[in-house]
Amino acid sequence: MEPLLRVEDLRVELPTRRGLRPAVDGLSFDVAEGEIVGIAGESGSGKTMTAMTLLGLLPHGARTSGSARFDGRELLTLGRRQLRDLRGRQIAMVSQDPSTALHPILPVGTQVTEHMRHHLGLSKSAARAEAVELLATVRIPDPERALGAYPGQFSGGMRQRIAIAVALAARPRLLLADEPTTALDVTVQAGILRLLDRLRRERGLAVLVITHDLGVMSAVADRVAVMYAGRLAESGPRAQVLATPRHPYTRGLLDALPHPEAADDPARVALRPIPGSPPSLGDVPAGCPFHPRCAFAVPACATDRPEPVPVAAGHLLACPPDPLPRDGAAPVPEGAPA
Amino acid sequence: MSSADSALPVPVGRPRTRASRRDLWRFLAKRLVAGAFLCVGITLVSFVLTQLVPGDPAAANLGNRAVEDPAAVAAFRAQYGLDKPLPVQYAVYLGKLVRGDLGESQQSHRTVKADLAEYIPATFELALFAIVLSLLVGVTLGVVAAVFRDRWPDQVLRVVSLAGVSMPTFWIALLAFFVFFYKLGWLPGGGRLGPALTPPPRTTGMFTVDAALAGQWGVLGSALEHLVLPGLVLATYTVGMLLRFTRASMLEILGNDYVRAARAKGLPERVVVVRHVLRPALISIITVAGLAFGSLLSGTVLVETIYSWPGLGQYAYTSAKNLDLPAIMGVSVVVAAVYIAINLLVDLLYGVIDPRIRLS
Ligand SMILES: Nc1ncnc2c1ncn2[C@@H]1O[C@H](COP(=O)(O)OP(=O)(O)OP(=O)(O)O)[C@@H](O)[C@H]1O
Ligand code: SF4
Ligand SMILES: [Mg+2]
Repeated sequence: MEPLLRVEDLRVELPTRRGLRPAVDGLSFDVAEGEIVGIAGESGSGKTMTAMTLLGLLPHGARTSGSARFDGRELLTLGRRQLRDLRGRQIAMVSQDPSTALHPILPVGTQVTEHMRHHLGLSKSAARAEAVELLATVRIPDPERALGAYPGQFSGGMRQRIAIAVALAARPRLLLADEPTTALDVTVQAGILRLLDRLRRERGLAVLVITHDLGVMSAVADRVAVMYAGRLAESGPRAQVLATPRHPYTRGLLDALPHPEAADDPARVALRPIPGSPPSLGDVPAGCPFHPRCAFAVPACATDRPEPVPVAAGHLLACPPDPLPRDGAAPVPEGAPA
Repeated sequence: MSSADSALPVPVGRPRTRASRRDLWRFLAKRLVAGAFLCVGITLVSFVLTQLVPGDPAAANLGNRAVEDPAAVAAFRAQYGLDKPLPVQYAVYLGKLVRGDLGESQQSHRTVKADLAEYIPATFELALFAIVLSLLVGVTLGVVAAVFRDRWPDQVLRVVSLAGVSMPTFWIALLAFFVFFYKLGWLPGGGRLGPALTPPPRTTGMFTVDAALAGQWGVLGSALEHLVLPGLVLATYTVGMLLRFTRASMLEILGNDYVRAARAKGLPERVVVVRHVLRPALISIITVAGLAFGSLLSGTVLVETIYSWPGLGQYAYTSAKNLDLPAIMGVSVVVAAVYIAINLLVDLLYGVIDPRIRLS
C-alpha cells in the first residue's frame, strides 16, 4: 500500500529577477501514517519551499513538476477549492517562529477554533470544549483561561505548544513542522519533540519535521532526508544515516554539531563547520552541487550530476564516489586541515 | 511535560476585569481634564490671533454712516467691551466662558450659543455623512486594491486615489456644482431643503434624522438630496486618503507569517482578509481616519460657503470676514472640543481593536 504521503522527483521553480530558478530539484521521500520523517539541510536548501508545495502556498509565479501524492491524491494539480479543504483539515503546518505565526490580536480561543468550526462544522461550544482538551493535551496550564488570552501573554515555548494545538485542531493526518524548535532553548525544544512523538503514537499522526539541525532529528525521527541546494543528498533510516552517514555533506552537518556526550574525545568536541556556504538560488554549480565544498570531490563530481541510488535497504545516496568508511569512524580526507 | 515550562508565566487572564474598567475611567478623567485645559489654551491663541489681524471690528460691523459718528463707535466698543485693556477683555471672556456664556455675536446680534446651536447640527450632519461615506468607500476600495495588488483593479484604484487627494476641494466643489446642478440638474445646488418645505420639528437639528423621527418622508428625501452633493465633494479627499492608507497597511500585514498561517489553516479567503488582515490594519487606519475627520472639518468652510449650507463652516467664514470676535472665539472652542473628542475616540478604539494596548 502506498504511504500517506509520497513525493517523487519533485521540482519547484521560483521566480527570480533572472527568471525561474529551481529551489527544489528532483526530491523524493515518503511519510507513512504514524511516522516522523525529518528533512535536514542548511539555510536555503529548499526545505520550507517543499512544505509550501504540499500546502499549495508557493509564492506567485512558482512552477512545480514531478508528483506529491497524499492519500492517493495528486497535490500538485489540485484546484484552489480542493486545496483549501485540504489545508488544516488533512495537512497542517506549524511554522518556524511561534512569535510570528500566531496572530497577535486574536484571542487564542479564536485561533484554535476558527478552522475547527469551518472544517468540522462544530458548534461554538463544542469547538471550545475541544479546544480546552487540545490545549490540555499540549500541556498549557489552565486551558479555559488560555482561550481568552492573547499570544503575547505566553512564553515562547508555550506559544509553540499553542501553535501545535492550532495545527492539530481540525484533526489533520499530516503535520508539517517547519523548524518547530529553532526559536526555543534546549529544554523547551526537547519538550516539543517529545510532544510530537506522543502525538504520533497516540493519534497515528504523520509528521514531517523540517530543520537545519540534525541534532533535533536524532531524538524522534524514524527516517531522515538530507537536502543540499534543493536536491536530495542522502536519505534513510535515522539510525543508519546519523550513525554511519554515507554522504560527505551529512558527515559535515554531523561534525558541525556539538557532542557533549563525547567530551573526552577532543577530535569530536571541536565544532568543525563545513567550509564555504551553500549556493544561492540560481547559482547551483554543475555536477554535484556540493563539490566546491567537498573534501572528497573527484574530477567527475564537477561535471556529472549524481542521482540518488539505493545503497542499503531504504537508504538512498547521491554520491557516486561514496568515499566514507562504513564503520562510522571520522574519516580524515587527504589534505584536510587537522 | 518539561518542568521548565510550567514555571513560565501563566496568562494574566481575560481582559475587562474590574481593575481594567477602573483604569479606563481614570484614563477618561485624565484626558477630559487635559482636554478642558487645551480648550482654554486655544481660546487664548485665537484671542491673540484675532487681535493681531489688522482691522477694526467697529468698522467691519457698523454701517458707513455710523462709522463716521464717534458716539456710535464708542457705544459699539462699550457694548462689546472693546474699550477695556486686552488682558481684561480676555479675563472677562474666560469668566463668562466658564459659566457657559460665549457672548453675543456682533453680526447676528444673537448669543453665540444660539448661533452655534443652530449651525452645529447642520455641519455635524454634513461631516458625519461625509466621514461615514469616506470610511465605507475608502476602506473597502483600499482592501480591494491590496487584495488585487498590481492587477487591474489596483491600477484603476491607484488613479482614483491619486485624483481624490490631488484635486483641490474648491475645484471639485465648483465642478460638481456646474455638472450636477447647473448642467444636468440632477441635484440641488445649495441649502438644506427644497424651498417649498419647512424644516422638520427639531429634535437633533439634523434634518434627515428629525424628518425620519417625525415620519416626514418627503422632507427626508429632500434633505438627503441636498446632502449628497456637498457630502460627496467633502468626501473626495478623505476617500483618496483612506484608500491609499488602507492599501498600504493591508499590504504590510499581508506579508506577515500569521497571514500565511491563516491560509495554511484552510480558512476561506474572505475570513483571512477581514479577520486576519483588515483587523490589525484597522489600528493604523483609525489614526488616519481621525486625521481625515480633521481635514474634513476644515473643508466645510469652503464647501458650506459654495453650497450655501448654513453650518459652522459658513458661520466661521462670515465671522472671520467681519472680525466678529465672540463668534470666532465660539467657533474655535467648538472645533477644539471636537478635535479633542476625536482623538479620545481614536485612542479608545485602539484599545477595542488591539488587546495588547487594552492589557498594558
Ligand atoms: N518568495 C520567494 N521568492 C523567490 N525565492 C524565494 C522565496 N522564498 C524563498 N526563496 C528562495 O528559495 C530558496 C529555498 O528557500 P527555503 O525557504 O525553502 O529554504 P530553507 O531550506 O527553508 O531555509 P531556512 O533554513 O533558511 O528556512 C532560497 O534560496 C530562498 O532564497
Ligand atoms: S559526489 Fe563528489 S562532490 Fe558530491 S559529495 Fe560526493 S564526493 Fe563530494
Ligand atoms: Mg525555512
